Amino acid sequence: MMTRPLLDVHDLRVTFRIRREGAMPWAAPLPLHAVSGVDFTLDPGETLGVVGESGCGKSTLARALIGLVPAAGRAEWIDGRDLIGLSPRQMMTYRSDIQMVFQDPLASLNPRMTVGQIIAEPLKTHRPGLKSAEVKERVKAMMEKVGLLPNQINRYPHEFSGGQCQRIGIARALIVEPKLIICDEPVSALDVSIQAQVINLLIRLQRELGLALIFIAHDLSVVKHISDRVMVLYLGKVMEIGTTDDLFADPQHPYTQALLSAVPVPDPDYDPAATVVPLAGDLPSPMSPPSGCVFRTRCPRAQPVCARQVPALLGDAHQTACHFPGPLSDEEIARARAVRAA
Amino acid sequence: MVIEERKMQSLAARLSQDEVRGRSPWADARKRFVRNKAAMAGLIILILVGLFALLGEYVAAWSNDELDFTVMGQVAQMGMPSLQNGHYFGTDDLGRDLFARTVQGTQISLMVGIVGAAIAVVVGTLYGATAGYVGGRTDQFMMRAVDILMSIPYMFVLILLLVMFGRSMSMLFLGIGLISWLDMSRIVRGQTLSLKNREFIEAARAIGVPAWKIVLRHVVPNLLGVVAVYATLLVPLMILTESFISFLGLGVQEPLTSWGALISEGAGTMNYGTLWQLAFPLFFFVITLFGFFFVGDGLRDALDPKDR
Amino acid sequence: MALLELHDLSVRFATNDGEVQAVNEVSLSIDAGETLGIVGESGSGKSQLSFAVMGLLARNGRASGRVVFDGQDILNARAKVLNHIRAEKIAMIFQDPMTSLNPYMRVADQMAEVLMLHKGMGKRQAVAEAVQMLDAVRIPDAKGRVRLYPHEFSGGMRQRVMIAMALLCRPQLLIADEPTTALDVTVQAQIMTLLADLQREFGMAMVLITHDLGVVAGSCERVAVMYGGRIRETGPVGPLFHDPAHPYTQGLLAAIPRIDQQGDTLSVIPGAPPNMTHPPAGCAFEPRCPYRRADCASLRPPLEDFAPARARACFAPLADVRAHRHNARLDDLETGTRAPSRDEPVPRAALAGAGMAGTPSKVDE
Repeated sequence: MMTRPLLDVHDLRVTFRIRREGAMPWAAPLPLHAVSGVDFTLDPGETLGVVGESGCGKSTLARALIGLVPAAGRAEWIDGRDLIGLSPRQMMTYRSDIQMVFQDPLASLNPRMTVGQIIAEPLKTHRPGLKSAEVKERVKAMMEKVGLLPNQINRYPHEFSGGQCQRIGIARALIVEPKLIICDEPVSALDVSIQAQVINLLIRLQRELGLALIFIAHDLSVVKHISDRVMVLYLGKVMEIGTTDDLFADPQHPYTQALLSAVPVPDPDYDPAATVVPLAGDLPSPMSPPSGCVFRTRCPRAQPVCARQVPALLGDAHQTACHFPGPLSDEEIARARAVRAA
Repeated sequence: MVIEERKMQSLAARLSQDEVRGRSPWADARKRFVRNKAAMAGLIILILVGLFALLGEYVAAWSNDELDFTVMGQVAQMGMPSLQNGHYFGTDDLGRDLFARTVQGTQISLMVGIVGAAIAVVVGTLYGATAGYVGGRTDQFMMRAVDILMSIPYMFVLILLLVMFGRSMSMLFLGIGLISWLDMSRIVRGQTLSLKNREFIEAARAIGVPAWKIVLRHVVPNLLGVVAVYATLLVPLMILTESFISFLGLGVQEPLTSWGALISEGAGTMNYGTLWQLAFPLFFFVITLFGFFFVGDGLRDALDPKDR
Repeated sequence: MALLELHDLSVRFATNDGEVQAVNEVSLSIDAGETLGIVGESGSGKSQLSFAVMGLLARNGRASGRVVFDGQDILNARAKVLNHIRAEKIAMIFQDPMTSLNPYMRVADQMAEVLMLHKGMGKRQAVAEAVQMLDAVRIPDAKGRVRLYPHEFSGGMRQRVMIAMALLCRPQLLIADEPTTALDVTVQAQIMTLLADLQREFGMAMVLITHDLGVVAGSCERVAVMYGGRIRETGPVGPLFHDPAHPYTQGLLAAIPRIDQQGDTLSVIPGAPPNMTHPPAGCAFEPRCPYRRADCASLRPPLEDFAPARARACFAPLADVRAHRHNARLDDLETGTRAPSRDEPVPRAALAGAGMAGTPSKVDE
C-alpha cells in the first residue's frame, strides 16, 4: 500500500532576474535558473539530505519550499494542497507545519530580543490566543527539550555560544509543532565538538517527534550520518537521488563519485591522492549553463550526446540523471588525472 | 520507571529554578558609555544646561519681560552682571534681565533642537525602514521623493515660509521638521538594506510574521543605535539652524527669544562695552553644542564598538 | 637544527572587557621541509599563534616568549627585519584570499611588485616570473589571466593566486591558516594536493592551521592539538590519530561523522570551550573531560613526553585514556548549557567565535 508522501515536489523551478552590470534601467534582466526542475518526494518522519557545492541551488531550494523566494512548479503537501503560488494568507496555515533552521546560529537570532521572546515568536504569530503564562511555560519546556537551561529565558543571544545559539534556533523551529523542518547547513558554522552535539540533538528530536527533515549541507559525512535518503544537486539540477546506503556505497553519477572521493577522511592511512577523482575546470556560470547535461564540461566520461540531450532522472529507488551511469573505471580516473595535470 | 520519575523530578526542579537576568546589548552599551569620560562630561553639561532651563526661572530675580528703569539708558555702566541688583548676567540693551532672557532662550533653543530631532527620528526612521524593507518600486519611489525634497534649498524655503506665513513658533517647528528627517531616512534605509539580508529577518519571514511587525520588532530596534547617534548630532544641528534664522531676524518673535536671537542682539551691541550680552548666551550655546557632540561621539563608540 | 622554534610563546589581548589569554606558553619546533598541522577549535588560539610568529597581531595584542627562525629571534623584531623575513623567508596564506590581494590592482602588477621590491627584478622579468608561478599553481592560461583583477577569478582560482603570490620569493616556511575552509570539497581536495606538490617541489616547510581533522590526516606529518590556548598533545600523525593520548583528542576524533564508516549516534564532548578572559585555574578541558580527577580543576598539567616524539598534557593515566576508562560522569543531558554562570561580562572576543568554526578571529575588534 502506498502512503501519501508528506511533500511531493515536481519540476520545481526558481528563476532570479539579474540585471546586468551597467545595463540601462529599462533593459530586460537576464534569467538565472538557480533551481531548474527538481523532483523529489519526502515521507513523513523521513530525513532527506541535500548535498552539492556552493552555487548548486540547495539553499534556494530550501527558501523556495518555505516561500521565501517565489518559485514555479508543484510542491504538494500531504493534504493535497500545492504550496507553490499560495497567497501569503493561505501560506500562513502551512507556515507552522514547515519550519526552518538556519546556518549562522548567531545571525539568525535577533540580537535585541531575549531568548524567550525569540522562541515565543512563532507561537505568538500562529497561536495568538495563547495566554502569556502559557507561552512562557511552553517556551521553557522547549528549552529544556533542546538542552538549554530554562532559567536562561531572559538572556540575550550574544550571551550564548555558537552551539547554544543553534539550539535556540532549533527550539524556535519546534515550538509550533511542525511536521517538516528544513535545516540549511545547520552545523557547518559550528566546531567539531559542538557539531556532534547538535546533530545528535536533531536526530533525537526527530525520533521523538516524528519529524521529517530536509537536511542541507555541503559536508557529506554529516549528511551521510543523519539522512535516510540523499539528493545530489549540481547547477540547480538533481544529479542523483537514492537511499543513503545505496548512494554512498554505489554512486552511479560521475559527479557523485567525484564529490564523495574528495571528502577528507580523518585517517592518516587513507591516501587521498589515490582516490580523488579530479574534476576539470570550474563550476560554469549559472547564467549560461552548458547545453544538455549541465555536468558534461567537467565530466571525465562526457560524450557528444551529453551536449545534445538532457539526461532524464531514471531509476526506481535510486535515480540517476546520466547518459552513462555506473562506477568510473580506473582508466577513466587515470585519464581524468592526466587531463588535469596537463 | 524509577529513572523516568527521577528525570521528571529533575525537570520540575529545573523548571522552577530562578530565571537568570540577561544582559541586553543596551546594558553593554550603557556600561561602555559610562566608562567614556568625555561622553560623561558632555552628559553632565547637558544635564546642567537642562536644569538651568527648567529651574532658572525660580532663581531669577527679574522676569524676562520686566524692564529695569534704573539701568535703562546707561546699560554699559549700570547693567553689568551683579548680584546686588539681581541681574546675575547683567541686562540687555532695553534693561531686561539677561539671566531670565537666557533661561528663556535656552528653553526655546533646546525645544527647537529636541522637537526637530524627534520629528527626524520618528518620521525618518519609519520612512527609511519601510522603504528599505519593502524594497523594489516602493523603495525607488520613496527615495526619489526624498531626493527631490533634498534638492530644494531648504534655507531659502524656510525663510520664504516664515516671511509668507508670519513668524511663529509652530511655523518654525514645521519648517525645521520638514527638512530634518530627510537625511535620517536615507541613513536608516541604508542600514535597513543591510539588515534585511540578515538571517534573523529571514527567520521571521519564514515564521510568517507580518511585514509591519518585522519592521517594528526586528528592523527598528536594531537600527536604534545608529538612530540614537545621529539624533544626538542632529539636535545641535537643529539648534544651529534655528540660531541662524533667528540671527537673520526671522526666527522667534519678541517677547520670546532664543540663543540665536540673544547672540544676535549681543553681537549688535558688543562695541558699546556690553560684552556680557554676547558672552552669556554664547557660552551656553557653545557648551551645549560641545555636550551634544561629546555625547554623540560616546554613543557611537558605545553602540558600535567595532569602529574603534 | 630546527627551522622555526617557539619557546613559551604567549599572546594576550587587552580588550574592553578584560585581558584575553589567547595563547599560553606554547613551545614548538618545525624542521626544514616538514609539515606540521595545528588543530584546534575556534578560540583555541591557533590563528593568533601564527599571527604572533608573523608579527601581525592586532594593535591590542602583545606577544611574549621567543620565536627563533633560522637562528634569529624574530618575535617583536623591528619592522624592517620582519618585512624582510615575511617577504622572503616565511609566507602566509589565509582563509579569505581577498585579505592578501589588492582588489584594485591587476594580479600581474601585484605579483611583479613583490619581485621588483625584494629581488630587484625588472618589470618585464618580474611579470614573466609571475606567469611562471601561476603556471606552477596550475592556473590554466596563466599568461592571459595574469592581466585580470582578483575578483575576476573564482574562489578556488583566487586561492591559487594567493598561493602563487606567497611562493614568489621561494619561502622556506609557509604558514597556511585555514586555507580551504571557505572552499567546496572538490576544490579543497585540489588545493590540498597542490600544496603538497608545491611543498615537495620547493622543499619548504609548512604549518597547516585548521579545525578539520580530515585535512590534517591527509597532509601532515606531525600534529599539535590546541585547546584553550595551550598545546594538549603533539605527535606524528599516525600514532596521534590511531592512539590518541589526550582526552580532548580522543573526544574530537570520536565526534566527527565519517564518510568511511557506519555509525548511529556520534559520541559527544559535552559543554562548550572555555572563556579565555577567565581561563580555568587548572586544565581548561577539565569541565568537559570524562577522565577528570580531583587535581585537574586546580593544577595545570604540563606537556610531557610519554613516547618518542609524542607528548601530552594530562593528569589521567595513559592506560585509562587508552582503555576508555572514564572516571567522571558528565551531565547526562547532552547539553552545552554551561552558560556564563557568573554575572561578569563575557568579552566579545571570547564569545564572538566560541563554538563557531572557520570564522576569522575577531579579537582585534
